[in-house]
Amino acid sequence: MSSTFLGVPAPRGVGHLRGTQTFPDAARVALGDSQLRRNLGHATSTIRAKRAAVVGELDDWEQLRLAGSALKTATMARLDEHLERLEREVTARGGTVHWARDANEANAIVTRLVQATGETEVVKVKSMATQEIGLNEALEAAGIEAKETDLAELIVQLGGDLPSHILVPAIHRNRAEIREIFLREMPGVDPELTSEPRLLAMAARKHLRERFLRAKVAISGANFGIADTGTLLVVESEGNGRMCLTLPDTLITVMGIEKVVPTWQDLEVFLQLLPRSSTGERMNPYTSAWTGVTPGDGPQDFHLVLLDNGRTATLADEVGRAALHCIKCSACLNVCPVYERAGGHAYGSVYPGPIGAVLSPQLTGVEDNASLPYASSLCGACFDACPVRIDIPSLLVRLRAQHVDANRGGVPSAEAAAMAAASWVMSTPGRFGAAESASKLGRLLGRSTGRISSLPPPLSAWTASRDAPRPPEETFRQWWARERGTS
Amino acid sequence: MRIALFVTCLADAMAPQVGKATVTLLERLGHEVVFPSAQTCCGQMHTNTGYQREAVPLVRHHVEVFEPYDVVVAPSGSCVGSVRHQHAMVARDAGDDALADRATAVATRTYELSELLVDVLGVEDVGAYFPHRVTYHPTCHSLRMLRVADKPLRLLRNVRGMTLLELPAADQCCGFGGTFALKNADTSTAMLADKMRNVLSTGAEVATAGDASCLMHIGGGLSRLQSGTRTLHLAEILAST
Repeated sequence: MSSTFLGVPAPRGVGHLRGTQTFPDAARVALGDSQLRRNLGHATSTIRAKRAAVVGELDDWEQLRLAGSALKTATMARLDEHLERLEREVTARGGTVHWARDANEANAIVTRLVQATGETEVVKVKSMATQEIGLNEALEAAGIEAKETDLAELIVQLGGDLPSHILVPAIHRNRAEIREIFLREMPGVDPELTSEPRLLAMAARKHLRERFLRAKVAISGANFGIADTGTLLVVESEGNGRMCLTLPDTLITVMGIEKVVPTWQDLEVFLQLLPRSSTGERMNPYTSAWTGVTPGDGPQDFHLVLLDNGRTATLADEVGRAALHCIKCSACLNVCPVYERAGGHAYGSVYPGPIGAVLSPQLTGVEDNASLPYASSLCGACFDACPVRIDIPSLLVRLRAQHVDANRGGVPSAEAAAMAAASWVMSTPGRFGAAESASKLGRLLGRSTGRISSLPPPLSAWTASRDAPRPPEETFRQWWARERGTS
Repeated sequence: MRIALFVTCLADAMAPQVGKATVTLLERLGHEVVFPSAQTCCGQMHTNTGYQREAVPLVRHHVEVFEPYDVVVAPSGSCVGSVRHQHAMVARDAGDDALADRATAVATRTYELSELLVDVLGVEDVGAYFPHRVTYHPTCHSLRMLRVADKPLRLLRNVRGMTLLELPAADQCCGFGGTFALKNADTSTAMLADKMRNVLSTGAEVATAGDASCLMHIGGGLSRLQSGTRTLHLAEILAST
């Protein structure tokens, strides 16, 4: 699969990967929400500090990052072989493997599998892949209720809300808001419930335990699929995953094809990188692994749905495919100054933050998510935090170029015309000097204060919140020529 | 040492005092400064906005102008970052491997001001005097593309008469980001608001940094608020006596 020839066009991603608004429009709404700003600022700075502390404990952190990057690069280069191996091993151990070209196919497969059990209720382990494909909505349309069991996902589901963070989907909520949601939506909850975290967790625990005990079908994602033994693996903090993965009769796992790793040995690296980057813990509390079906122990019917949904199309770009290396730790979200202020919903896709800004446009095709590659100041904090060294700023710049190139031909936009003109002017010194002299017409502005507080569009976007400097009487090159002569 | 000044298009047109301060400082330290007057722009704005094709002639021009010099300095972490991390890529993506190799050669001889002073010239005390309260903002590209680390702070700590105040959350972006400030003006402003809050919390008279672009952003906000705190480029403080 290192070749870019795919025979037939690879399917583009569908499902929850596109917003209804552009990023700037959606962000504008979020920025005005003072509760959201406070919640996000507090939560991200807390996780940032935890991560920095545990990463700082390891002398070989940079070597681990390099190893993680190398393992992912090597795996992507032979993804087809690893996936076929995974399929063979899962099948040999009593599981059934299904291949889904896109979200719609995956939803249809899972719905059919649940219907075959005769059940109308399933429990779910927190999973980005099932969020991506909109599985809960698809099941609901078929009369099947999917119950989220991760505490934060439960809060989001009960609140009729959308997740806004990969790891902490209810990061935009504080405990007072969570108490209100529980009091409103949780049947039989103690009306005296306070916003004390322990009491909130106990209320959720009681609510969920009934579900675990009666559930016959569970649906999960996977953090890793180990090709050489056909083992699936989930890491989590709350134990809800362990309940879902062991108690029901039927287990259906939806896994993006990029989640495969060749061997158990690879986990030596990834299980050090992931928890420290993600929750800021040395090790996550629960790591569950299962291999096919074991008679008399755990689910007796196991299905693995391998999801493409734009991943093969992304893989075709030998640089852009680095976005598929992501292990969904969300460290880049927590350090991103744009995410911290605009929040996750502004990105439109289930994948928010810096990684979402490079992953979503590649899964859908950049024209379907054209504003996301620009939703970054290119400050580079994400690249530094990424445990598998995805160079997100460079990928963003590359996607911007793809967007611009896709819109060449026809009447150029005002921006394209300005960029072409600037390129023409700045590729020779004579033209540049002339343009600088012309720009001094700006000296007609701001004569009384030395600052310009109002400019016409598009520069009005600048002066809406910042003054602009008045062009100087003399440019540097004019000063140099006057003082030193030309060199 | 003979040093070629890459003043950057922004400092040339909008902040000539930064270029003049760089000249004053380097000459005071006994070096010869030359200004290749054919220089224009590194093309970063084009590259970062997606107009990589339009950046190619700018990269070619920059390489041709600075190729003859052994040492090039720019008073900008961001423009040096573009020269070092983008020029060869832009050339290579355009299919011009020869230009990419030449760009790489120029890039290895191009330094941001604090890098030149500390790493090349081996100076940390430049003999400056600046009797004011100052806070330093490490710009994103000098911090994370060039890894200048504490070089600017080492230079500032040796300035006589100056009180250097630690900026809270210093490593967070000010929200400039080139055309990001226009395309995502609201988010940019929210980032700027937090940066200004942190700057003002120090009680500094002056906020300084190694990039005229970020300073234009922070300074534009501080000026709009009539905050009484002004911005000065690192070169301007180091040039003061």
